[in-house]
Amino acid sequence: MRAVQHFTATAVVGLCAVLGAALPASAQIKIGAVLSVTGPASFLGDPEKKTLEIYVDEINAKGGVNGQKLQLIVYDDAGNPNNARTFATRLVEEDKIDAMVGGSTTGATLAMIPVFEDAKIPFISLAGAIQIIEPVRKWVFKTPHTDKMACEKIFADLKQRNLTTIAMISGMDAFGKSMRDQCVAVAPKAGIKIATEESYGPRDSDMTPQLTKIRNTAGVQAVVNPGFGQGPAIVTRNYSQLGIKLPFYQSHGVCSKEFIKLAGPAAEGVRLPCAALLIADKLPASDPQKPVVVNYTHTYQQKTGQAVSTFGGHAYDGLMILVQAMQRAKSADKAKVRDEIEKTKGYIGTGGIVNMSPTDHLGLNLSAFHMLEIKGGDWTLVPGT
Amino acid sequence: MNLRALIETRLLPAILVAAIVIILPMFFPSGYYYRIGALVFIFALAVVGLNLLMGFAGQVSLGHAGFLGIGAYSVAIGPTHFGAPSWLCLFAGAILSGAVAFAVGRPILKLKGHYLAIATLGFGLLIAIVLNNEAAWTGGPDGMNVPALTLFGWRVHGSDAWYWIAGATFVGGFLLALNLMESPTGRALQAIHDSEIAARVLGIDVARKKLTVFIISAMYASVAGSFLALFNGLVTPDVAGFLGSIELVAMVVLGGMGSIFGSLVGAAVLVVLPQVLTIFQEYEQALLGLIVMIFMIFLRQGIVPSVTAALAGWRKC
Repeated sequence: MRAVQHFTATAVVGLCAVLGAALPASAQIKIGAVLSVTGPASFLGDPEKKTLEIYVDEINAKGGVNGQKLQLIVYDDAGNPNNARTFATRLVEEDKIDAMVGGSTTGATLAMIPVFEDAKIPFISLAGAIQIIEPVRKWVFKTPHTDKMACEKIFADLKQRNLTTIAMISGMDAFGKSMRDQCVAVAPKAGIKIATEESYGPRDSDMTPQLTKIRNTAGVQAVVNPGFGQGPAIVTRNYSQLGIKLPFYQSHGVCSKEFIKLAGPAAEGVRLPCAALLIADKLPASDPQKPVVVNYTHTYQQKTGQAVSTFGGHAYDGLMILVQAMQRAKSADKAKVRDEIEKTKGYIGTGGIVNMSPTDHLGLNLSAFHMLEIKGGDWTLVPGT
Repeated sequence: MNLRALIETRLLPAILVAAIVIILPMFFPSGYYYRIGALVFIFALAVVGLNLLMGFAGQVSLGHAGFLGIGAYSVAIGPTHFGAPSWLCLFAGAILSGAVAFAVGRPILKLKGHYLAIATLGFGLLIAIVLNNEAAWTGGPDGMNVPALTLFGWRVHGSDAWYWIAGATFVGGFLLALNLMESPTGRALQAIHDSEIAARVLGIDVARKKLTVFIISAMYASVAGSFLALFNGLVTPDVAGFLGSIELVAMVVLGGMGSIFGSLVGAAVLVVLPQVLTIFQEYEQALLGLIVMIFMIFLRQGIVPSVTAALAGWRKC
């Protein structure tokens, strides 16, 4: 027993020593990534990590970038911004990366921004919130469309159907809150009146009372549900159980087959704004994004055996924007690559067509979203959007 | 107590810890190690406080991250919304945490048994909910920026600066805790831990002593939370999450309940280990769990007490 105790004590010391020795083999261009591969945001980090690994391998198989191979270094922050900050420091100081892709969540991204700004390393975030790029930070870019754009897309669709008074039921998770705030902010400009608002907790299992209140509110013409995870699926089921017939909008937070599975037949007729990626096979052949999204879908499904999600697509876009910037800069020099990322024009990705500028580090417009309707357990494109 | 005993029981361990703080950076090849070191000392500070409660008063707090949250958001909200200096907010946060601990602990600690665990569990969840929902004040789930700490015109910035601040504060907190344990209150607490009835018979006001140590432990956690927020420059409600509370309890148990030095070891293991295990990629979490399990099976008293007992055994042989 005593020997075992001694052994375990020395094992700790040994493990601590490994920390210093855990440096990966040197490569030409080092790309860092801190993703929420496990934990509550793993649905973001997992496809992002797989996507980065698949495409870094593919690029290397084709000879790398500017004749140099890429090396991808991924750390898992488990959804905790404090961990993300530590790993960001590690990537800069220990791994000496040339560029950074990812930060799955807004919290993690905001925690890491000062590290990369200080180190002057180009940083392409994969998180949603608008405050990542507003105000513009010199070294920080992002690929996912913002919640504000989703609100605008939904409101444009409402106007087209001559609906102006809505009710909102929002999740109290980070995504739901952020989108709710953006929707409330842009509603007056879009000519939309929010008659009543309800909310639910991320782990609630029944939203019938909130929906009953909405049903009993006079004048409501449509209902919008910002949120992600399983909350929106429960709301959708309750919505149908209560027999509410008003048009129902979900957000881009549930653009995954998982949502249709969870909500079941109740999802019939639900509309939501999504990126082109989810309806790759339904896009008209004339759509410029069609080849890109079909290709990505094919590759991802073949390599992982899983359905694509927009989140993996964001990682694809981040990596490609970075790689193309490196090719244009003809080097991996951090400052030159940053300048070239900012000059990205007409990049056709899974999230839309990207045109960046010194004042716009996202570069997407409303055309990045397509309005979808769920019919017969699958996505269909709403004509004219 | 004579001088020699004083040196042996209090000053010697404190000097040892101070030496660790000073010598470690000589082996740090980069700023990243300073960050890890600073995180270890920050968490160790909270763990020392919690260890006083768990190891000496025999009470478990399952919501200690809630106090971390109060401290963290004090230095975020105070300077942002009221323009108060950060250092003042740090003290205000500690006092607020103490006051909250008083309010939560006073009715509950009069009861016997583990009622405090349940009450603190609820309290921790409450704090996390408030931080998530009061978005106008706290920035909601995405968190808020924390203005940098300014001391005498010096803007504290960088991992190395925080390493020294966290290290020095930990040595102070460590010495304070040792002092407390040697004081009448400390001896009373140990008596309560051994046998509450016997302590009561001896005339110790059990409820009052437990309350005192609960307040002290809350203040330790609050200061640690403030440091964490100032160090990261950003605070999110995760800091007050239930997992955070469990992690603190795990650090106490792993290092050794009732061992002040064990608090440092427990915090060090649980902060450093995930960094080491990244080389195992997907198996990281599973391995972390496995290693903690092995520690608890073979070092049942916690790392420090078990190892000291083993060393003492060898010396006799």
